[in-house]
Amino acid sequence: MCAMKREEAEALIQEVLEVYPEKARKDRAKHLAVSDPNTEQAKKCIVSNRKSVPGVMTIRGCAYAGSKGVVWGPIKDMVHISHGPVGCGQYSRAGRRNYYTGHTGVNVFGTMNFTSDFQEKDIVFGGDKKLEKLIDEIQTLFPLHKGISIQSECPVGLIGDDIESVSKKKAKELEKPVVPLRCEGFRGVSQSLGHHIANDAIRDWVLPNRDDDNSFESTPYDVALTGDYNIGGDAWASRILLEEMGLRVVAQWSGDGTISELELAPKAKVNLLHCYRSMNYLARHMEEKYGIPWMEYNFFGPTKIAESLRKIASLFDEKIQEGAERVIAKYTSEMNAIIEKYRPRLEGRKVMLYVGGLRPRHVVGAYEDLGMEVVGAGYEFAHNDDYDRTIKDLGEGTLLYDDVTGYELEEFVKRVRPDLVGSGIKEKYIFQKMGIPFRQMHSWDYSGPYHGYDGFAIFARDMDMTLNNPCWDKLQAPWKKADAAAKAA
Amino acid sequence: MPSVMINKTEAGGLSLYVPKKDLEEMIVSMEHEGPGLWGGELTLADGTRYYLEPMDPEPRLPITLRAKRL
Repeated sequence: MCAMKREEAEALIQEVLEVYPEKARKDRAKHLAVSDPNTEQAKKCIVSNRKSVPGVMTIRGCAYAGSKGVVWGPIKDMVHISHGPVGCGQYSRAGRRNYYTGHTGVNVFGTMNFTSDFQEKDIVFGGDKKLEKLIDEIQTLFPLHKGISIQSECPVGLIGDDIESVSKKKAKELEKPVVPLRCEGFRGVSQSLGHHIANDAIRDWVLPNRDDDNSFESTPYDVALTGDYNIGGDAWASRILLEEMGLRVVAQWSGDGTISELELAPKAKVNLLHCYRSMNYLARHMEEKYGIPWMEYNFFGPTKIAESLRKIASLFDEKIQEGAERVIAKYTSEMNAIIEKYRPRLEGRKVMLYVGGLRPRHVVGAYEDLGMEVVGAGYEFAHNDDYDRTIKDLGEGTLLYDDVTGYELEEFVKRVRPDLVGSGIKEKYIFQKMGIPFRQMHSWDYSGPYHGYDGFAIFARDMDMTLNNPCWDKLQAPWKKADAAAKAA
Repeated sequence: MPSVMINKTEAGGLSLYVPKKDLEEMIVSMEHEGPGLWGGELTLADGTRYYLEPMDPEPRLPITLRAKRL
């Protein structure tokens, strides 16, 4: 079983591109490529982070999704106001399954929707007064909140409301951080700009808050766990491994995180970065301003976990290095049992991925641990540097598709016939109806966690459950099956 | 005049990062490498050249600076 040959894959891309008008074809051709591990720089073979062609079905989100949905939303003890019409907040409410502990509506607010519900008169006369009133109401109804973030929706930018001045005024009144975010959905080409805007807001409005406060007692083993959004409990599954090896996790960014953890992160010794795309801006900033080194790691699948734990430990002293070895040894037999159980059932199966952030590259190791092969990978909103990192992890002849359109992805899947497709909810039912097993890999298809050793057990089970489900043999009606059998005979 | 971040890489070389362009590239040569004067004309691995106002003494890395593209 091997991936397609290089020429085959290239021919497939050409064939798929044929239906486009010439201009669109030229544009889309730059976003499709066949991987070659010898490529040093991704920009030579693939173009990314460009505006989507109008009329194609792109699967991207908006800047608001990147800021409210990804980076700020999981901060549990803050109230995140979706400032604008009611829909953006309501339809994105609680969909990402960022788990947290606490009493919702009392001291944490993760799954609640706060919105200023713009009406015509707010568009005409401006929404600043309404925003002030809303913040006062929040203070009355939820006095235990630790801060407020104002996530702008499109109209706020269009009518030019001054949310910064409202924020400053209210922050003074409430004596709590009030953070304005200019993450209107029309900004940028995808949710990626939302991550950047959110990072910049944390840099400007949150991080400096405790610059002069040295009351925090730090240890030499303090780390901040960044870029982990605790989807289905991911951050918890990662955190216990770090703690077991002797490190102290002082901040979780931002899954199950709090505003004070954000403020504390500059006191950590190392920033451990899981999702590079959405938090690298802050990691770079903290390295420059506070001198905190950062390191990317990968907690998918035992091979990569062991590699990452050793890499993390190498930044610390022998005690931690011993701890890392102890943790790896402790879980090895358990992991071997899982691989022994599932590998025979999954060996040699092919997977195509189209997700965002870090997954198309990070999960490759986990699939390989199960004997599966990734034959196609693509990102919704990656930049050049993500593809630089991805190409190293992929085999020769893997299809690469950036900001793939609905049509392209369907055609690729029809031709490659992978055994499993991992993508989002919008793609799920199309492929299931085509008879191809599918996992929704944005929020682990309502399962999880997938990070860490505990997560790998669930990952392996889920893949087996999906791939070897008896329903895939039942897609053809029984009388048609009999027909086909008769014909064959 | 893009704003660029200069950093030391794990291998010990210098890298230049242009946030706006997502460009992270190794610096292959730099006019003044210190100790003492630091900066001047620099060449990246892909051939692009930038100019940094020379600094004295050399700064703590990473550092964000305004660079001129040549």
